[in-house]
Amino acid sequence: MVNYLKKNKFHASTLWTTALFLLLPLSIIAAESGIEATQGKSWKSAAGKFRVSYSSELEPIIINQIHHWILHLETIDGEPVPDAEIIVTGGMPAHNHGLPTSPRSTQYLGNGDYQIEGMRFHMAGYWEITVTINTGGVSDMVLIPLEL
Amino acid sequence: MRRSGVILAITAIVLFGAWWFYESRDPVPWSDIEIDKLRSLWIGGLPPVPPDPSNRVADDRRAAELGHKLFFDPRLSGNGNVSCAVCHQPARRFTDGLPKGRAIGLSKRNTPSIVGTAYSPWLFWDGRKDSQWSQALEPLENPAEHGGNRMQYVRLIACDPEYRAGYEALFGTLPDFSDYSRFPEAAAPGVNPEWNAAWQLMSSEDQERINEVFINIGKMIAAYERLLLPAPSRFDAYIEAVLDGDDIAQQMIFNDAEIRGLRLFINDARCTECHNGPLFTNNEFHNTGILSYPGEVPDRGRSNGMRKVLGDPFNCLGHYSDAAERRCAELSFVRTGIELVGAMRTPSLRNLEDTSPYMHKGQMISLAEILDHYNRAPPAMIGHNESSPLGLSRSELRQLEAFLETLAAPPATTTQWLAPPDSAN
Repeated sequence: MVNYLKKNKFHASTLWTTALFLLLPLSIIAAESGIEATQGKSWKSAAGKFRVSYSSELEPIIINQIHHWILHLETIDGEPVPDAEIIVTGGMPAHNHGLPTSPRSTQYLGNGDYQIEGMRFHMAGYWEITVTINTGGVSDMVLIPLEL
Repeated sequence: MRRSGVILAITAIVLFGAWWFYESRDPVPWSDIEIDKLRSLWIGGLPPVPPDPSNRVADDRRAAELGHKLFFDPRLSGNGNVSCAVCHQPARRFTDGLPKGRAIGLSKRNTPSIVGTAYSPWLFWDGRKDSQWSQALEPLENPAEHGGNRMQYVRLIACDPEYRAGYEALFGTLPDFSDYSRFPEAAAPGVNPEWNAAWQLMSSEDQERINEVFINIGKMIAAYERLLLPAPSRFDAYIEAVLDGDDIAQQMIFNDAEIRGLRLFINDARCTECHNGPLFTNNEFHNTGILSYPGEVPDRGRSNGMRKVLGDPFNCLGHYSDAAERRCAELSFVRTGIELVGAMRTPSLRNLEDTSPYMHKGQMISLAEILDHYNRAPPAMIGHNESSPLGLSRSELRQLEAFLETLAAPPATTTQWLAPPDSAN
């Protein structure tokens, strides 16, 4: 850059280039956006049979702390689903690894609510929780995205 | 025309100078997202030490005092020379400066620091223990480490007046171990055939009496170890300045290389994927393709450690634990699977200054070596390397190293706990 200044006659275009250099980093900073909240929503199952929502013991969810969720399961028409088999897995697609724990549904609490124990996340970033639902010969799954 | 050209040139030079100076100082201000990341690493965000429900004397000052004495007591060994502090040296942040621990023999792995381990659900490089008290007991009977046996240690508690009085105040009257026909000189289950034979000849009730006291030795040592906590470092002072918006303090505390290193640490170098939170560790297990120790087969790490902890009678769910089953969530919901082959526990980065050599077998001496390894991310010898190449330049690696050195700080623990207790007391 110093050599460039010495060798070339100075034009207005150079000033514009300099200004551009000054402004570019600022525009990059401005482009960074906030993290979208995923709590308080519900998700439809892949085959459209169920709707799932959850609440977490930790609100907001923080990394490195084991905690439980209450998963609410209802039919697409809004009827609570009792006594389903719930299997919870998850992972970070970008890192090709799973959860650091093996969460399980430990109790049916009534009204379509299931206690899911053993939830823990060990990295910030994008996670996907997969909830597999088996009930009355019907099997379906829900993918819950989670940004930590 | 000539005059306007001169003005343009001057303007350009001033702008260029400003840009140059700006670049040579703090590259860009921290964004809100970055400030959140910085706050998450700040020691001010470290919660109080979590309770250890498996150890009913975990927070009992009397237990910590006895544990302190036990930690520095070489009588807790087969040859009378090895205390916990032989490998966990307070002056070296409770490590020993060796690739692998050396006591009676050569240990299989590098001696990890104890500072801050009260926060970890898992202990040892492979997490084969799930409490500090259970961890503390294993080296006592490892032939290469303390090399003694539990009968001997239990008798030490019974025969040393100070231990005996302190123990009985905490746990109640000790059983009578004076009958050598029931309680021989040496006995322990495990690798020593003579001690094991003596152990097997004992009644299960007598074995239980010994185990109970042995376990409580671990629980007292753990009560002491819970006091070993990290102190704020220069990094934490910098974060405070950032959170206060104090630009002048920031510039006084960190130089440019350190700021740039920190920015790489939380962004492009992806270090916080594992080294996160105020302790710079997620206390989880990762395979990062660390080469095996020369001449050794690769260490299976967590995949073996997980099996061991599940089968350990001294785990959180065992009857020596004081925890109700529902308080053992980490063990109850432990992860299994292929990802754990060759995975080792993420160490804290708050003790780097005096804790070389690094990694599970002390394979790396310098921070530069480690950073070069993560920059290349070679394939793992066993299992799968979770990390991928970073593509950082030499100068960026030097900036990361400069930043990592700002995490150095002595333990927050008062000096009385960092030296052997006064024997006159």
